[in-house]
Amino acid sequence: MTAAQIEIQLIACVVAVACALPGCFLILRRMAMMSDAISHSILVGIAVGFFVIRDLNSPILVLSAALTGVVTVSLVELLTRTKRVREDAAIGLIFPALFSIGVILISRYAGDVHLDVDAVLLGELAFAPFNRLSVLGRDIGPKGFYLMAGILLLNLLFIAIFYKELKLATFDAGLAGALGFSPAVIHYALMTIVSITAVGAFDAVGSVLVVALMIAPPATAYLITDSLSSLLAISSLIGVICAISGYWAAHALDASIAGSMATMTGIIFIATFLAAPDRGLAAIFLRRARQRIEFAQTMLLVHLYNHEGLPGVERENHMDHLHEHLRWRPDFAGRVVGDAERKGSISRDGVLLSLTERGREKARQAMVG
Amino acid sequence: MDILGFVANLVSDYTLRQVAIGSAALGIVNGVLGSFAVLRKQSLLGDGISHAALPGIALAFLLTGSKSSLALLLGAAAAGWIGTLLIIGIVRHTRVKYDSALGLVLSVFFGFGLVLLTYIQKMPVATQAGLDKFLFGQAATLLRKDVMTIGILGGIVLVFLVLFWKEFKLVSFDPDFAFSLGYPVRLLDILLTTLLVVSIVIGLQTVGVVLMSAMVVAPAAAARQWTDRLGVMVAVSGLFGALAGVGGALVSSQAARIPTGPTIVLCASAIVFLSLLLAPNRGLAWGWVREQVNRRQLQTDAVLGDLYVLAMQHREPGHGHTIEVLRTMAHGHGGVDRSLRVLKERGLVKESGAKEWSLTPRGMEEARRLSRQWRQTP
Repeated sequence: MTAAQIEIQLIACVVAVACALPGCFLILRRMAMMSDAISHSILVGIAVGFFVIRDLNSPILVLSAALTGVVTVSLVELLTRTKRVREDAAIGLIFPALFSIGVILISRYAGDVHLDVDAVLLGELAFAPFNRLSVLGRDIGPKGFYLMAGILLLNLLFIAIFYKELKLATFDAGLAGALGFSPAVIHYALMTIVSITAVGAFDAVGSVLVVALMIAPPATAYLITDSLSSLLAISSLIGVICAISGYWAAHALDASIAGSMATMTGIIFIATFLAAPDRGLAAIFLRRARQRIEFAQTMLLVHLYNHEGLPGVERENHMDHLHEHLRWRPDFAGRVVGDAERKGSISRDGVLLSLTERGREKARQAMVG
Repeated sequence: MDILGFVANLVSDYTLRQVAIGSAALGIVNGVLGSFAVLRKQSLLGDGISHAALPGIALAFLLTGSKSSLALLLGAAAAGWIGTLLIIGIVRHTRVKYDSALGLVLSVFFGFGLVLLTYIQKMPVATQAGLDKFLFGQAATLLRKDVMTIGILGGIVLVFLVLFWKEFKLVSFDPDFAFSLGYPVRLLDILLTTLLVVSIVIGLQTVGVVLMSAMVVAPAAAARQWTDRLGVMVAVSGLFGALAGVGGALVSSQAARIPTGPTIVLCASAIVFLSLLLAPNRGLAWGWVREQVNRRQLQTDAVLGDLYVLAMQHREPGHGHTIEVLRTMAHGHGGVDRSLRVLKERGLVKESGAKEWSLTPRGMEEARRLSRQWRQTP
């Protein structure tokens, strides 16, 4: 690995974690699409800021862009509050308009400065190591890394300090309001954080992929855990995995790094969706299959119990009768009987089934409960 | 360029005409389908579909090696459709919510599309150029056969819509009722979504995947302001879509370095803005005017009421009261001078010599009627 490769991966990891942290709150608050809106409309802020100060590396640019993000959120709220359109339509109206203004400004007036429309979509992670930061004449690393590390630190501090407030406002906004934590203030603080993060990440991975890094890792972690703190931790970890594996996939294909990071987040989500320990499709499928057998077994025990000691028991509790009486296919009946036998609930004398004491007890319980 | 010259150009210039017809067609189809999307609270689904279409375009190119619009459109539609089904599947089978599922599918598909696009760009084939026009759209590249494709596919979508009009209407407004009547709601849902996918896909070359969602939402949201009837809304929305499409495409093809997609979107946004402001009944401007009129009416009534209260407290009905008294009684709500002027014109109050005001007999009558009315309204 060359130094540049290590630097790119480092930046990618920092971006991924910085995005995943506020993303957790976005998905919990059902505001995932707000990240889409913000990450697009900050382009206007960047474009206008650029025309005013003529310097792409100025921190004022980050501020003006972040401000645009917050303005977008309030515009969406303003439009929703007129009650003329619903919130989803308001989002779908505001950000394309702002983004369009940004794209037109850039492609018409920015000409050949290195702010171009492709960079908006793709980011320029591969070039990040070329833009160095030097202190007192000494090169201390790529600028992008320090910017994103700063934003990551800000996000960490914000979440650490306001953890309780964020948690409360996210899960029970009404209670938070009643206790005196204004949900509106927390909402806007979070939106500011999302905007700042989007601006920083925008430079590295482009506008659409900011959304992937903010939504996909938390959504994946959401399939695994029930606690907010582990949601934050797991989604950060997933972010890092996506960043590194995405980088190498892009390296192998000679394709967009940001795009392949986003693809990785999708692959990991699908894998988790299929194989998550408790909520994955596979786990659900296995659980259903097991429950089906268990339920059938209970039915069998009750059936045997009902006919026990009555006339005709030889016929009713006959192996082949289950097919007729319980409408089970012979192979299924065989599996259920075999399983019940293994568990010691029934005993089998040739084709005649009878309950053990334990089976009788279970059948009684099933009929009472 | 002056407008006449522009129109003359439109008639004579072949390319320009193609562009205008193509963008009008896609504007109409998306406006119409967008009405249903907006009413069904699926405004942002268009965003998901259009972004999800990108890898389909790239894969279609990789597989067929052709840039024929039909092949690319098929790829786009397939990918958009798969993306939509994934969103629905994720929402149904996990506890991930709709917005997260949408954002996830949208960005991951788009990311994958970018991987494929950058991969294609580095392939040693010369024919790959031009796929990136699908990002922001380029109306100027619309050829006759592209316009034909848009027209035919759009036509098919509209025919389906007419055939299933009643069913779609029912499913959009009251799916539970539709289900209870025995309609295959799930199937109709998928059919309507499929039509939306097709209508979005035919706009991708002109508007681009990034902004196509606005063509779904904006005309419909604008049309919604003008009417409360579905049929009218769909027609108006189609008209708005066509206006935005043609306007944007023509402006961008006239000037250098103005991408088409954003221009069309800005035209559509302008239509939305004007509609929100000026549409009769729902327009915000009329709402403001109504509010002013009501406020003045209430102020006037209040002054009349105050004079009545004062008259009740004095023995002779003609006893005059200064304007200061009335101002105090208005609790700073203002408009006392104007109200007195209006009341005087209506002959309900009179001004005595010493700038003092009192009710006329008719004013007394009116004030009694008002106070009865106020007492009755809870």
